[in-house]
Amino acid sequence: MERAKVTWDGNESTAYVAHQLSEVIAIYPITPSSPMGEWADQWSSEGKRNIWGTVPLVVEMQSEGGAAGAVHGALQTGSLTTTFTASQGLLLMIPNMYKIAGELTSTVFHVSARSLAAQGLSIFGDHSDVMATRQTGFALLCSNSVQEAMDLALIAHAATLQARVPFLHFFDGFRTSHELMKIEQLSVDDIRALIDDDLVRAHRARGLSPDHPVMRGTAQNPDVYFQARETVNPFYLATPEIVQKTMDRFAQIVGRPYHLFDYVGAPDAARVIVIMGSGAEVTQETVEYLIARGEKVGVLKVHLYRPFSIEHFVNALPKSVKTIAVLDRTKEPGSAGEPLYLDVVAALAERSNVERLNVEHVIGGRYGLSSKEFTPAMVKGIFDEMKKDKPKNHFTIGINDDVTHTSLDYDPNFSTESKETVRCLFYGLGSDGTVGANHNSIRIIGEDTDNYAQGYFVYDSRKSGTMTTSHLRFGPQPIHSAYLIRSANFVACHQFSFLERFDVLKSAEPGGVFLLNSLYGPAEVWDHLPRTVQKQIIDKKLKFYVIDAYKVAQETGMGGRINTVMQTCFFAVSGALRVPRDQAIAAIKRSIEKTYGKRGEAVVQKNFAAVDATLERLYQVKVPDQVTSTFDLRPPVPPEAPEFVQRVTAAMIAGAGDDLPVSALPVDGTYPVGTTQWEKRNIALEIPVWDEKVCIQCGKCVLVCPHAVIRAKVYDEKYLAHAPQTFKSTKARWKEFEQMRYTLQVSPEDCTGCTLCVEVCPAKNKTETRLKAINMMPQPPLREPESENWKFFESLPEMDRTQINLQLVKDSQLLEPLFEFSGACAGCGETPYVKLVSQLFGDRAIVANATGCSSIYGGNLPTTPWAANADGRGPAWSNSLFEDNAEFGLGFRLTLDKRLEYASELLKKLASTVGGELVDALLHADQSNEAGILQQRGRVQLLKEKLANDRSSAAQELLSVADVFVKKSVWIIGGDGWAYDIGYGGLDHVLASGRNVNVLVLDTEVYSNTGGQMSKSTPRAAVARFAAGGKPLPKKDLAMLAMTYGNIYVARVAMGANDVQTLRTFLEAEAYNGPSLIIAYSHCINHGIDIAKGLEQQRLAVQAGYWPLFRYNPALAAQGKNPLILDSKAPSIPLQKYAYNETRYTMLTLSNEAEAERLLKLAQEDVDRRWKQYEQLAALKYNGEGK
Amino acid sequence: MIDLSTTYLGLKLKNPIVPSSSPLMQKIDHIKRMEDAGAAAVILHSLFEEQITRESEILDRSLEQGTYTYAESLTYFPDLKDYNLGPEGYLEHIRKAKAAVSIPVIASLNGASTGGWVKFAQKIQDAGADALELNTYYVAADVHQTAAQVEAMYLDLVRAVKASVRIPVAVKLGAYFSAFSNFAARLDDAGANALVLFNRFYQPDLDLENLDVVPSLDLSTSSELSLRLRWVALLHGRIKADLAVTGGVHTAEDVLKAMMAGAKIAMMTSALLRDGIDHIRGVLAHVEAWMDQHEYVSIQQMQGSMSQKSVAQPAAFERANYMKVLRSYEV
Repeated sequence: MERAKVTWDGNESTAYVAHQLSEVIAIYPITPSSPMGEWADQWSSEGKRNIWGTVPLVVEMQSEGGAAGAVHGALQTGSLTTTFTASQGLLLMIPNMYKIAGELTSTVFHVSARSLAAQGLSIFGDHSDVMATRQTGFALLCSNSVQEAMDLALIAHAATLQARVPFLHFFDGFRTSHELMKIEQLSVDDIRALIDDDLVRAHRARGLSPDHPVMRGTAQNPDVYFQARETVNPFYLATPEIVQKTMDRFAQIVGRPYHLFDYVGAPDAARVIVIMGSGAEVTQETVEYLIARGEKVGVLKVHLYRPFSIEHFVNALPKSVKTIAVLDRTKEPGSAGEPLYLDVVAALAERSNVERLNVEHVIGGRYGLSSKEFTPAMVKGIFDEMKKDKPKNHFTIGINDDVTHTSLDYDPNFSTESKETVRCLFYGLGSDGTVGANHNSIRIIGEDTDNYAQGYFVYDSRKSGTMTTSHLRFGPQPIHSAYLIRSANFVACHQFSFLERFDVLKSAEPGGVFLLNSLYGPAEVWDHLPRTVQKQIIDKKLKFYVIDAYKVAQETGMGGRINTVMQTCFFAVSGALRVPRDQAIAAIKRSIEKTYGKRGEAVVQKNFAAVDATLERLYQVKVPDQVTSTFDLRPPVPPEAPEFVQRVTAAMIAGAGDDLPVSALPVDGTYPVGTTQWEKRNIALEIPVWDEKVCIQCGKCVLVCPHAVIRAKVYDEKYLAHAPQTFKSTKARWKEFEQMRYTLQVSPEDCTGCTLCVEVCPAKNKTETRLKAINMMPQPPLREPESENWKFFESLPEMDRTQINLQLVKDSQLLEPLFEFSGACAGCGETPYVKLVSQLFGDRAIVANATGCSSIYGGNLPTTPWAANADGRGPAWSNSLFEDNAEFGLGFRLTLDKRLEYASELLKKLASTVGGELVDALLHADQSNEAGILQQRGRVQLLKEKLANDRSSAAQELLSVADVFVKKSVWIIGGDGWAYDIGYGGLDHVLASGRNVNVLVLDTEVYSNTGGQMSKSTPRAAVARFAAGGKPLPKKDLAMLAMTYGNIYVARVAMGANDVQTLRTFLEAEAYNGPSLIIAYSHCINHGIDIAKGLEQQRLAVQAGYWPLFRYNPALAAQGKNPLILDSKAPSIPLQKYAYNETRYTMLTLSNEAEAERLLKLAQEDVDRRWKQYEQLAALKYNGEGK
Repeated sequence: MIDLSTTYLGLKLKNPIVPSSSPLMQKIDHIKRMEDAGAAAVILHSLFEEQITRESEILDRSLEQGTYTYAESLTYFPDLKDYNLGPEGYLEHIRKAKAAVSIPVIASLNGASTGGWVKFAQKIQDAGADALELNTYYVAADVHQTAAQVEAMYLDLVRAVKASVRIPVAVKLGAYFSAFSNFAARLDDAGANALVLFNRFYQPDLDLENLDVVPSLDLSTSSELSLRLRWVALLHGRIKADLAVTGGVHTAEDVLKAMMAGAKIAMMTSALLRDGIDHIRGVLAHVEAWMDQHEYVSIQQMQGSMSQKSVAQPAAFERANYMKVLRSYEV
């Protein structure tokens, strides 16, 4: 039977099978498994049915722990149930996995395997998570490729029903989960044929029901627990054979044979590598290459890892094997070896009692942690090592371990790439559409030709201005190359500015094609290329093409999206389709129609126009034979950067982090702060320029700037003596600083060009009202002069904090931000709040940050935005997990509280040395304002001086804790996914603890970091991932819940609606000696808005009463006043006026108008009802009022 | 028995009062109430070509914005199976309106490009509209564009739409043409079945506090009627197309004046927004009472009775009229 060919990734392939075979699906987002849940949710919301003709019920839970619980419950009541997860999510499922296995329950968990957070979090792939579950009793079945992900998903679902042992089906995160590959799609008949309905009914019959009641989940005593635990043995013993038989049946139907352990290689191989996951594909490719050259090698690809069948394993090995290398994609510090290695050693040891094996060496090694590249060159390096008399055991491959010298050497130039396979590399900018276009290109090639096709995409760690790299392979041979392209026939650079930042032609093959998006035409482009680029074009004899894609895109209404233009060029110059140009163009147009057709005719036509306008603007450049350029690649960081940044950070910035040896990295995950300042990204096409004559010095632009690139200083005129020529300055508009000067300065190389500052600027030019006090201008001509101005500006002294009236926005924005140049999205709605914390309290703040957007832009290497001031003080920051952030931050508070108590005890003990007056002053200092804090710092300094020469243990102890006398500010920061969902239990407990912590919830109303999944904060009527049909229920009112305690400071703010209220709230919350909760409206790309209008949306949200502003201050209740103060007025516009500016709402009107109307009406009722509740609460009379 | 009936676009109407195109028409309930109050037909709110393009572009932008930038959030929205982009919602509205009322339902199309118009016009016809009103909202702001070019653009549009539909087509126009009579005649030749005089444009206003330009649309008053009366009176009997008055019709007297100037129908919106849909009932009663009092037996009897061709002082509608007004101030 001819099956459909599709170009899918591992997640979609797996979800396709899982959705067909489930009744209940409980999900929770976590990278890289989220798309599986998203597919399942979307298919169910579109009414797609499973093989039994019913639509699976998909439910999002509050955490993976919750998902596992729901799965357990649904299984226990007899549903066919599945879930998708990875990494920490899988860890949260472990308790339930023991139960599910212990109760012999048929299920499949699909896992895109990912690293675990240890010294640092990583979203990338390895087997650490899966290996942490091998003790649970789940069968572990591994897919090594996208095709296998579909096939083995089915085999897992079929086998678990018969075996009764639950299955964890896994594949490599990103490498397989996100790799696009042309595969054969299993038909519904295939799936049907493998599932035995009698087994399904037996599973259902075992479910709990009051119609035939039983008990499960008893508590057992020493007398029987042990024996009961052993009852499952027959099931585990039978499972391998069941899986093999299922594989055999699958082979009969579909034609692809699988085995628990698949051996590929010479029948008489002496050296065999044992491996599972995508690395097995790489090893296979290498083995086949080496065999063709006469080497006696092989690879044993592991599919069923648990239950580990020693018999099947040993039988699969060739009898000739002398040396076995077992590769693990995980690390177990302190173990005798990694898990697969230990299993192999144990298997061979057991089996050697039975039969004579000739194995001389078994060595184990680690590879590929956190998606570290694993290439044929490394495989070859391992095989070479295995030839040695004493091959190294417990090795690593792919890194340079210069500390404990575990790493093997290999020749990185060794390559197994087939000449017939075309390899294409594309460098793009996140927002230019390159990756999306390449998704389409690889699908066109996969579906319009007989070629095999593979697409893999690499991103950097920023959310704005990121470089993306697309790796496309296609050709007549099946592709096993699960690694990045190192030698490309075709290289496209979609951003001219990359040429001076990265060596984009490093991977270009001699005689290849180089396509460049260039604003310079074929005649003048040569002179604008760095020397390295010129040299490579000449040396490698590259065919060089240019197109001004931005111009074509602009002219055809595509704006900044050059995807279609560059895609057209790719097909034109690469000859990828091996058909005449007009047929290739027709194929592109068909793909445009397919991708964009449902978004409307206008979008399709615009793309067609771009295709049609492209070819006449594509030019081949006549390459000169001399390198003539006078400039070259820029160094990644400036020479004045500190040593660590020069040595380590710079390599990561330059994309050479893979080359850093082990010794270069901190042993415990501790990194210096304030490193974003060294990474000048130059991503803005336009930057704001200050007009000092129009400016009213209100500070609003400084406040809202998400990236802290626009700053204000008031300073003495004398400093201007050495100012650069173009440096602007004007008279300060403060009564108290009348004699001083004021400057508003932009850092041109750090700005992202988001325009929030211009949007918020209230001052208009009186003679030309389109102009404001800041106006966007092209960056390139300003880059040099403004960089010089910025440097000078930085050298001006910071404002004396004690001279500032913190209650005023204008004043507060003279404070130095200690959170700067983050990699957040351009125009981010969260970072202005984070920055405000750093300005107001940064020099004495300690921050616990929940995993999410804020931990990524806050703490993702290479550089970090949290910074220190000139005194070396600044926020100390850490991220523990997603679910435990409140508790983590409380721990900080507990340390501080305990330490203050201890320090006070010591101080009193040492009163005679220190002096009664200082003791008293230290213990009873008023630190309610900046002046008080400054004085206390002075006292602590004095104390330290007095203790310096006292060698008594009490004095030494006090010295080590004395800093605690200066008031510290604990901030617990995270998003709504954390606060409303996964971390809510902990948050509630921490708020109830009464301790002095400040909680800042950056409320974007979805899980922003993982791509917009619904949280309990998501408003009714909005479309989100996992709520594709619009969220049917209202947003949880976290503030109201917290207010019920009475002793928690609770506030809701929206900077765009009322910045003064925001500022006051932060000051009050911090001043309140108890728990505080600030819920901050954070506009987000997930809302589907023009991000420049984010602040305007905040204003409308407040006007509509959707986001009432208020402060609930228990300190007022203590004074006999109503603690609740409403800071915004009753709704003055309908919700629709706010909501229907956002695609998250309007999407539903486009997909299901009647439902959108119904939900909007209910949402309006939610607003009205909640407003009334607040209004009534705020009107309550307390003891001291209105008697 | 007084006969209030008239004909417009070949449709037999029970009286000359037709609520004009406005957002009131977005609710089927309003349309029903208009019929109940006596409206002879309705002109639906406009389908804007730009709106469809814009919706599609906003959706596309939102779905694409920020995608494939960061590995954890490659896209931000579920890309749903279908979107009702394009005129589907509007066409459905026509179907619903047709099902809900028995009076003629005239659709309204507002656009600028030839391509878009033609396609949507056909769909509107297929959805069951009894006629189509083309609403040409165009401000000729380009200093290089001549009057002849603007007029040619309109004529091309009318010809293209006429060639693609069988239902009658009315053209709603602004008043800013330098040789309007000639232009009206050419629209007539191009096949327009009616001219609707005149569009009331949103006008820019200046916000002095915020130094912003803000769109404004005040409700009309009866004082705006005179401009319409002049041109209806001038054109009546000189072109084949029907004439309709829109803008400034509030009272029974306004309706009667429109009829006498030569209009087939008088359109109303501001009055309904101000006084409610039931206002139609009162106006109709007044029209009938006035006719009764003045012994008119039918609307058709009075239609065009005070057009330029029929009045005693035809010059009153031309420049002489201007002199007369000026002199009236010489007290």
